[in-house]
Amino acid sequence: MDVFTLAFVAAVLTSSAPVLFAALGSALCGRAGVFNIALEGQLLCGAFTAVAVSWWTGSAWAGVAAAVVTTTVFSGVLALGAVSWRADPIIVAVGMNLLALGLTGFLLRELLDATGTFAPTGLAGLPDLDVFDGIPVLGALLGGQTLLVPLALLLAVAASLWLNRTSTGLRLRGVGEHPEAAASLGVSVTRYQHVTVLLAGALCGLGGAQLSLGNVTAFTENMTAGRGWVAVAAVMLAANRPLLVLGACLLFGAAEAWGFRLQGVGLPQQLTDAAPYLVTLIVLVASRLRVRRRLRDVDPVAAVSAAHPEAVVHPEETR
Amino acid sequence: MTDLHPDDARPAAGADTPAAELRGITKRFGPVLAVDGVDLVLERGTVHAVVGENGAGKSTLMSVLYGLQRPDAGAVLRNGRELRLRSPLDAIDAGLGMVHQHFRLFGSLTVAENVVYRAEPGRWGVYDRRAAEQRVTELAGRFGLDVDPSARVDTLPLGVRQRVEILKALHRQAEVLILDEPTAVLTPGEVDSLFAVVRSMAAQGTTVALVTHKVREVLEATDRVTVLRDGVVSARLETARTTAGEIVEAMIGRGLKPAVNPRGAVSGEPVLEVSDLRLAAAPGAAGVHGVSLQVRPGEVVGIAGVSGNGQREVVESVLGLRSPDGGSVLLHGQDLAGLGVRERRGRGIAYVPEDRPGMGTAASLSVADNLALGHHRTPPLGSRARLSPRAVRAQAGELVRRLGVKTAGVNAPLASLSGGNAQKVVLARELHHEAPLLVVEQPTQGVDVGAGEEIHRLLLDYRARGGAVLLVSYEISELRALADRVLVMLDGVVTADLDAADATEEVLGAAMVHATRPDDGSSRAGS
Repeated sequence: MDVFTLAFVAAVLTSSAPVLFAALGSALCGRAGVFNIALEGQLLCGAFTAVAVSWWTGSAWAGVAAAVVTTTVFSGVLALGAVSWRADPIIVAVGMNLLALGLTGFLLRELLDATGTFAPTGLAGLPDLDVFDGIPVLGALLGGQTLLVPLALLLAVAASLWLNRTSTGLRLRGVGEHPEAAASLGVSVTRYQHVTVLLAGALCGLGGAQLSLGNVTAFTENMTAGRGWVAVAAVMLAANRPLLVLGACLLFGAAEAWGFRLQGVGLPQQLTDAAPYLVTLIVLVASRLRVRRRLRDVDPVAAVSAAHPEAVVHPEETR
Repeated sequence: MTDLHPDDARPAAGADTPAAELRGITKRFGPVLAVDGVDLVLERGTVHAVVGENGAGKSTLMSVLYGLQRPDAGAVLRNGRELRLRSPLDAIDAGLGMVHQHFRLFGSLTVAENVVYRAEPGRWGVYDRRAAEQRVTELAGRFGLDVDPSARVDTLPLGVRQRVEILKALHRQAEVLILDEPTAVLTPGEVDSLFAVVRSMAAQGTTVALVTHKVREVLEATDRVTVLRDGVVSARLETARTTAGEIVEAMIGRGLKPAVNPRGAVSGEPVLEVSDLRLAAAPGAAGVHGVSLQVRPGEVVGIAGVSGNGQREVVESVLGLRSPDGGSVLLHGQDLAGLGVRERRGRGIAYVPEDRPGMGTAASLSVADNLALGHHRTPPLGSRARLSPRAVRAQAGELVRRLGVKTAGVNAPLASLSGGNAQKVVLARELHHEAPLLVVEQPTQGVDVGAGEEIHRLLLDYRARGGAVLLVSYEISELRALADRVLVMLDGVVTADLDAADATEEVLGAAMVHATRPDDGSSRAGS
C-alpha cells in the first residue's frame, strides 16, 4: 500500500483539518477550565451554514464567514450555560450536539428542500490553493487543498505560542488551573472562559466549513459522523496541548485516509469506516494503560499519601 | 483581662502613622458576632501577632483588612487614610498582601509565572520569561527567600510554595503582609527560615501581621501581640515584656494546665515488638534501615524526627498499610506478617493517622458515621451485611457527650467541626474499643491549645489504663510531655533512644539533624 507517498500525506491533511479545528478549540477551552465536548454539534452547525450560505450567495467564502458567525453564536449556549449559569458542561454539550443534529436535518428540508443529502450542481466549494504549484514538496502536499488546511496547521502552532509565550495565554492557563487564585489576582475568570468558548465556536465553524465545502462539496445529514468525538479523544490524548493535539489529529486523519485506501483493496466499507474510531479506541486505552503502569511502579500507599503529603488539607480554619 | 487602649501599645516616642489600622471593626455572620468593635494597630516595620483560638475572630479580622469581608461597622486605615475595600484587589492596590493558609498557586506553572501572574513583564502582550525570572531572583535575594524561579510549583515542598506566595505579594509592592497561620503546614526547619524571612522583611520596612494560635511562634518571631477571644481584644502586649502564660491566659480565659506524663516504672511483656524493620526507599517513601522498637503496656513511646525520615513508613508497616522488605512486627508476641489492615485492627491496633481529613475521617459523612467507621461490622453497630443506624447514633451520642465534642449534633457532617473537635472524634473512635495498642501521629496538629490539652489528657488516661502508645510527633514539647521513652529517627534509622528524663530539647534537636548514619557514616543534608 502506498502509505508513504506525498499524495497519501496530502489525503491525511485533508482528513485531519476539520477535526483539528474543533480539537484546537476544545483544547483551549480545556486550558481555560471549560470541558467542551459540544464539537460534534458545532461542526455540524458550521457545515450546514457554510453550504446553505454558499448556495444562496454563490460564494464559498461567504459560506465560510457565515459558518464562523453562526457557530460562534451557537457556542454561546455553552458559554452561557456552563460558564455563566454553571450548568454541567457535559449536559449542555450533549444538548447542543442533539440540537444541532435535529435542527440541521430540519432546516435541510425546510430551507434547502432536500432530504438526506444536499449536493446540487453549481454549489460553490472552496477553491484549491495554487500558490504552491511548482514548488516540489509543498505543491504536492497543499496543491489540492483549500486555504483552510494550512490555516488549521498554522493555528495549532499559533495556539501553542499564545498559551506559552504571551501574558494572556499565561492568564488563561491560570484561569483553568485554579480559578480562585486567578480571580484573587484580578483576572476575570468568566470573561476568559466566555471568550475561549466563543473562540472555539469560531474554530468549529471553520472546521465545519472545511468539511462541507472543502473535503466534499455537499451537506449530508449527520455528515460529521463522529468527527467531533474523535476531536474530543484527540484533546484528551494530548492533554489540551495544541501541538500534541495536532499530532493526534494527524494520526486519526491517517487512519481515515488509510481506510479509504483499504476500500480500494476490497475490504467492506463498514469496516474501513471504523478505522479512525478503532485507532482512537486503541490509542486511548494504550495511553491509560501507560499511566496505570507508571502508578503501579510506585507503592499505592506512597502514590496516594507519601508522594503528596503537601496535598493534605488542614481544614481547621475553614468554616 | 488587660484591655488597654490601642494607643497604649504604641512606643512613647516617635509615634508616626501606623502602616495599617483597624478601628472598631464589627462583623456578624447571621446570629453570630464574629468580631465586635476590634481595634488593631500595625506599626510600620514591626511584626505583629494576631493570636486567638479557632473561632476567636482573627481570620475574620484579617479578611476585613484584606477586603475579603466587608465589616458591618468600623474602618480600615492605611497610612492614616481610610480605605474603601470592595475586594482584595483594592487591598492589593493599597499595598496590602496576604498569604492564605491554603495557598492559591497554579501548580503546573513555574515559580516566576506564579509570582508575576497578571503583573507580567513584557511588551506587546508577549510574556518576558527572562525578565520575570530576574525579578523573582532579585526579590528573593533581597529578603532571603531561597527559590528556583523556573521550577514548577507542584514539584516544590510546602515551605517553598509559601515563599512563592510571599514573593507574589512583594512583587505587587505589598508594604503590609498578612500571614494567615503560616506555620501550620511547615516542618520545624521551614518555620525557622520563614521567621528569618519575616525578620528581614520587617527590617526593610515591611509590616507583617502574623496570625497564629501557637504561643511559641508569637514569642519567637513578633514584636507586638494582639490577643482575641470570642471576637473581642482580650489583651494587647509587647512580646519582649510578656510570657507564654500571659498570652495563653488571654487566649483561653484561664491558665493552661498542661497534661504531663506522671512517668514511673513500666513493666510487662511488650505489646508491640518491631525488629530489624527494613524498607527500600522508593519515590515518595523514605527508606527504613533496621528499626527495632518495643512498646509495653502503660507506656508511651515517642518517635521524634523531622518529617520524612522513615517515621511514616514504620507506622504503615505496623498497621499493614505497607509490607516491609525485611524484619518482623509482633503484637503480643504474634507475628503480624501477611495480615491486612482489618485483621490487624481486629487483633487490637488502633490508629490515629496524621492525615486527618484524608485518612482519619470521611469529611462529608456525619459525626456518627465517622465514629462507627471500622467498627461497623461488629455488633451492636452492625454485622457483616447489616448496619444499625440507631445503634450508630446511640453510640455517637454517648461518645460526643463523654468527650465533650462540640458539634451541632451527631448527624452534622464531620467537615463542620473544628480541627480539635474532629480530632476528638477520631480519638473517641479509636479509643472506644480499648485496643491494647494505639498508634498515633501528630495528635494535636491543627488543634487549639485548649483542645490540645484535652487530647493529651485522653492519651495519658489511656496509658494509665494500661494502653500502649506509639506516638509520632514533630513537636518536641509534645513528646516531652507525653512520652516515657523517645526514639529519634533520621534517614530511616533510630539515632537515639532516650529516657524521657534525658530527652531535652537540645539533645533531641541535635539527634534530629546532626547524627550520622551508623552503617555508612554518611550524613544527609537537611531537606
